[in-house]
Formats: sequence, structure tokens, C-alpha cells
Amino acid sequence: MSIAGNGAAIRAEHVSRHYQMGSALIRAVDDVTLEVGAGEFLALLGTSGSGKSTLLNLMAGLDRPSAGAIVAHGRNLSELSSVELAQYRSRTVGMVFQSFNLLPKMTLEENVELPLRLAEVDRSERGARVREALERVGLAKRATHRPSELSGGEQQRTAIARALVNRPTILFADEPTGNLDSATGESVMQLLKEIQLSMGMTIIMVTHERPLASRFADRIAALADGKLVSDGVAA
Amino acid sequence: MKTRDLGELALRNLREALLRNSLTTLGIAVGVASLVAMLSLGVGLQELATKRLSNSGLFDTVIVMSRSGLRGFGRSSEPSRRAAAGSDQSSEQDHAPRVSPPLDDSAREALQKLPNVVEVYPQIRFPTEVRFAGKPYATMVAGIPDSARGNGAFDGINGNFFSGGNADEAILQSEFAKDLSDKPSSLIGKDLVLRYAERQALGTQAAGTSSSSGTENVDNGSGGFSVVPREKNLRIVGIVDTEPAAGFGGIGSGRVLIPLAVAETLRAAQLNDLRDVVRGANGKTTYASLTVRAKSPSQVEKIESAIKDMGFSTFSLLDATRNLRIFFTIFDSLLGIFGSLALAVSTLGIVNTLVMAILERRREIGVLKALGAADRDVKQLFFAEAGVMGLMGGIFGVGMGWLIGRAVTFGTNVYLRRQDLPPAHVFSVPLWLIFGGIVFSVVVSLVAGLYPASRAARLNPVEALRYE
Repeated sequence: MSIAGNGAAIRAEHVSRHYQMGSALIRAVDDVTLEVGAGEFLALLGTSGSGKSTLLNLMAGLDRPSAGAIVAHGRNLSELSSVELAQYRSRTVGMVFQSFNLLPKMTLEENVELPLRLAEVDRSERGARVREALERVGLAKRATHRPSELSGGEQQRTAIARALVNRPTILFADEPTGNLDSATGESVMQLLKEIQLSMGMTIIMVTHERPLASRFADRIAALADGKLVSDGVAA
Repeated sequence: MKTRDLGELALRNLREALLRNSLTTLGIAVGVASLVAMLSLGVGLQELATKRLSNSGLFDTVIVMSRSGLRGFGRSSEPSRRAAAGSDQSSEQDHAPRVSPPLDDSAREALQKLPNVVEVYPQIRFPTEVRFAGKPYATMVAGIPDSARGNGAFDGINGNFFSGGNADEAILQSEFAKDLSDKPSSLIGKDLVLRYAERQALGTQAAGTSSSSGTENVDNGSGGFSVVPREKNLRIVGIVDTEPAAGFGGIGSGRVLIPLAVAETLRAAQLNDLRDVVRGANGKTTYASLTVRAKSPSQVEKIESAIKDMGFSTFSLLDATRNLRIFFTIFDSLLGIFGSLALAVSTLGIVNTLVMAILERRREIGVLKALGAADRDVKQLFFAEAGVMGLMGGIFGVGMGWLIGRAVTFGTNVYLRRQDLPPAHVFSVPLWLIFGGIVFSVVVSLVAGLYPASRAARLNPVEALRYE
């Protein structure tokens, strides 16, 4: 169900991603068509190797499909140059990973500032934007700490702040609770849900935990062997 | 990414692997130091050689002679005065094929005003009789300009150079000194008498009457003169072994050397005076030749050309200085190549360090790309890191090169002192070498960073993020 019903944020049209492994052709994603509405929270569910992360990477502009098209806000990603695709990753989407991927030698605020540097946001604006993002995830007081000084949950919150700092319209999360205990995972999921509701953020989350997906996502699309096997409202 | 952000990130990354990057930077510094040291040696030796040659008076002087009549451009009534002009050395060319103006005082002033001319002086040489201890000795006297004080020819002087430009003093050539005494060194401090023929100009109408000694160079009149015997007491102050710059530069060919200013005031009759009478050159005194001394041998070519444009014949050892420059250009190039070898090795160090950094920072590159870094940003980041290492290496390298130079100069001078030789600056680090060394280091480092940077930029973000 599209929460606001206000059009598609991103759409995959007959998307395939094939890899050649020796003589074998691996069909990581095979002819998937999927549409995610603006402000919708979609969970991509599947077992390991089902192709859910590959599909996420394609939609996040980190990879290009072998066939088919990804259309985000009316723009076909296949037609973008690598520089335009980098700008898409920088300004249109935010990305959260299972293993947080914070840069260990940087403090939290430096980590969160990184996308602003890449997007060439004016230096005078950055401080306020970083504070705002850290406040949103409840870590403003730990801005000068390094990631190693934080718990897993706090690190993932920082990663979420980093993903939000450039004010994207779509947030991609690849197994965001995969490295967290259930209680911490729960709080991270609540944070994501809150961001969806308060900011009208479109969230596409890859997970293999159906209960989590059922509780927080609006819709669940299940993949198996690269194919979309089910697509429906979360229970 | 903006330049400042790029710089900050590059510096941060360099700090994170401080030891490795410091060692790489040190490698570059050693390379630059060897290059700077080699080139400083080349430059220093060149300066030393040039200075020594300048001191010899051979390479920074232009002999100027009047060209009139030499090739038929002069007055038709005049016979060739080639011999009289003493121009057997001349390399006169038809550079400015026109009548040469007289080589008189106004020409001397004009020559003095040419850029980069240090001094202009005439060759004064005249036959004389020296009386010493009651005995007469026939010989030649030559005027020596005061600037010859620093001349290499007077380095080994027994006694002293003239105490001043107007001192009534003489320096004897050692062979002549031996004629005067069995113990030449005992001559120093003693007086001798110079007997010479003073030229006295005749009055305008009263040619043939006796002297009306006007100033030397404004002998208005028919140009005739009378000759009056004169005597001059001179104190012997030094004895030189070699005839200084014999046969060239106007200094040589004299066995009794006296200050040029003193020689000029004597108004002694010279060979070209006879020529002036024959020529009837408005009664003005002309010089057989003038010696023009340039600031440095490198200025000789321009000065010579300017003098030729004035209509005079010139002679210089320009070809010799040109060959010297060619020699040093080749010498410097060879030293530069040897010096660059160390820098070439250090560039491999940069390549190695950055390639290792790519492997280590694979995941970081993936994160940067996922956060919106374009290939160009990643490439620039690695470039900036290589550039910073090059800049730091360049600065340290130039400093090290300078220190090496100081050390070698110190060592050389210790050796020279032991050999009873004067100290020498064998190293010279000019400003262009300092900046050139740093710029070259940065450029070489950037070239070394080309491959690692483009390899990092090409990394597939999905694969990079998967890398553990």
C-alpha cells in the first residue's frame, strides 16, 4: 500500500543483473518489475543469494542492470553518466549498510559531514546540517567520538544520520539490523519508521527477517533466485 | 569535491598511515636532494670556472679597434693602416659596413655608456729606457688598469699590487727583474727611473714650434706633435712571474707595468701617434685600441654586437666562452640525469605506497562512492595525496640537497686548505633550483600517482564494499 499514494518514487522495469562466473551465467536479479511509492516503506525479503541486495544496489545507483530500467523520480538511471549517477547517490538517495561502514579514524560529526563535502555543500551550512542529523538520531552529544567508542546501535544510528544529512528522498537500508542484537535492532527499526513518518521518506530495506519486515514495513516484496515471488502489504 | 575538502581529506589520509607515508616522502626527499646536490655542484663549478675566467681578463673583455681604412671604407687617400692599428688579431667583419668613427675620447665615453660595461681603457704601451743603479735598460712599459688588482695573473705576485691607481709605482716582470739584479726580490722598495718620450702637441698655426703642452686629448691643431725626453721616478712594489694576459687584452707585452692612470698622464709617444699624424685626424688623439670590460663573460656577445653597430672592429674570445657554456650545459644535463635516477627510484616508492593504500582503503573507496563520490573525486583524492607527498618531499629534499652542498663545500675547503690552496665555493643553490626542485618533485609525484589514482577511481563500489 502506498502510504500517501502520491506517485512512484522509484520503479524497476524488467530489471535483470547477470554475472558471468566462468562458463556459468549467474542471474542475480532476473526480470524483476517493482514500483515503490513516495513515502512508502518497502521490505525486500529473501534468503541469502536471493538477489535482494543486488536489486537494492541497482536501485541505489551503485550498479547498473544488465537489462531493464530503473526509473527514479522519472529519470532512467541507465541513461545517466557516471558523474550524474554519483550525483544521484549523493543527493537523491541515502544508504545504510549492515556493517555500518563508518570511517574509523573520523569522529561521528566528520563521518556525517562526509556526504556534504562530496556534494560540495557550503562550509557555513555544514555544521548545522550535521547537528540536525545527529540530533535526529539522538547522538548530538557524542559528535566528537570515534565510531569505535560507540555501541553497534549507536554506530548504525550514526550511519543513518550520515545517510540523511544530504536530505535525500529515498533511503536504502541493506540489512540494517543484521549486526545488532534484537533489542538494538528493534530501536534502529523504530528510528527508521519514525524517519519515514516524520519526513515522508521512501525507505527500501533489505532483510531476511520476516517478523521485522511485517512489523515495520508497509509492503513486503519477496525474492527467490533473483525473481520476485511475492509482493504485498505487510501483515 | 572542493579543493579545500580534497586537501583536508588527503592530509587526513596521509596522517593515518604516518610511518609509511613519511618513509615514502623521505624517499622522494632523498631523490630531490640528490638531484639538487648534483645540479648545485654543476652550477657551483660553472660559477667557479666563470669567475676564474673572468678574473683572467680573457673572457670578459672586448678589444675595440677603428675599422676605417681597413677594408677601403676609410678615406681613399689613406694607405692601409692595418699594421699600425695592431689589428693582426682582429676578427673584424662587415657587420656594419660604414665608415668607422675615430676611436677617440668621445667614442670612449660612448663605449663606457653601453649597458653592462664595467670599464673602458686604452692600451698604453711605449718603448722606454729604464735607468737603474746607473745602468740603462731598454724595454716596454705597459699601463695596467686598477681593476687588474683581482686578476688571476697577479695572484702569485712577489710584493704587492699598486697601492693606488695614481701611485708612482712599478711592477716588474720577473725576467726583466733578473736583468736588473741577481736577487730580484731585493728590488722591491727600490726606485728606478723611467726615461721616455713625451708627446707635446703643436699649436694650430705654429706647427714646428716647440711644445705648448695642452691636455692630452684636445690637441687642437694640425695633429703634429713634438717629442720631448722626460724622466719619471717609480718605486718597485712587486714582481710577477708571468706577463699578465700576454698578447691579449692590452695588458701584456710590457715588462715594466705601471698604473694605467699614471701611464696616461705621462703622454708618452706611442706607435699610433705617428699614424695620427699621417692621417691628419683633426688633431685629436685617437687610440689604437680600447679595451672594454664586461660585467661577465655572458654579456660579451651583446656588447660586442653593440660596438660593431657603432662601426668599430672588435675582437674577443667569445667563442671560447660559448664553448664553455655548451660544456657546462652538457655537464649539468649529465649531473641532472644522475640526480634524477634517485628521484626515479623514489617515484616507484610513491606508486607502491599508493597502490598499497588502494588495497587497504578499498572499502573506504566503496563507502565514498556509495555516499556520492564520483570517479573523479576518488582520482583527485589520490592525486592530492601524491601531490602532498611530492611537495613535502620536495621541500625536505631541497633542504637536504643544500645541506649536502654545505657539507661537500666544507670538506673540499678543508682539503684545499691542506694543499695551501684558497677555499672555493664548489656548490651553489640558486633560487631557480630551489623552486625548480620543489615543482619537479610535485610533478614527478603526480605522474607517479596517475596509475594508482585511476585504478582507485575505477573500483566497482559494490565489490569494494564487499571487501573485508
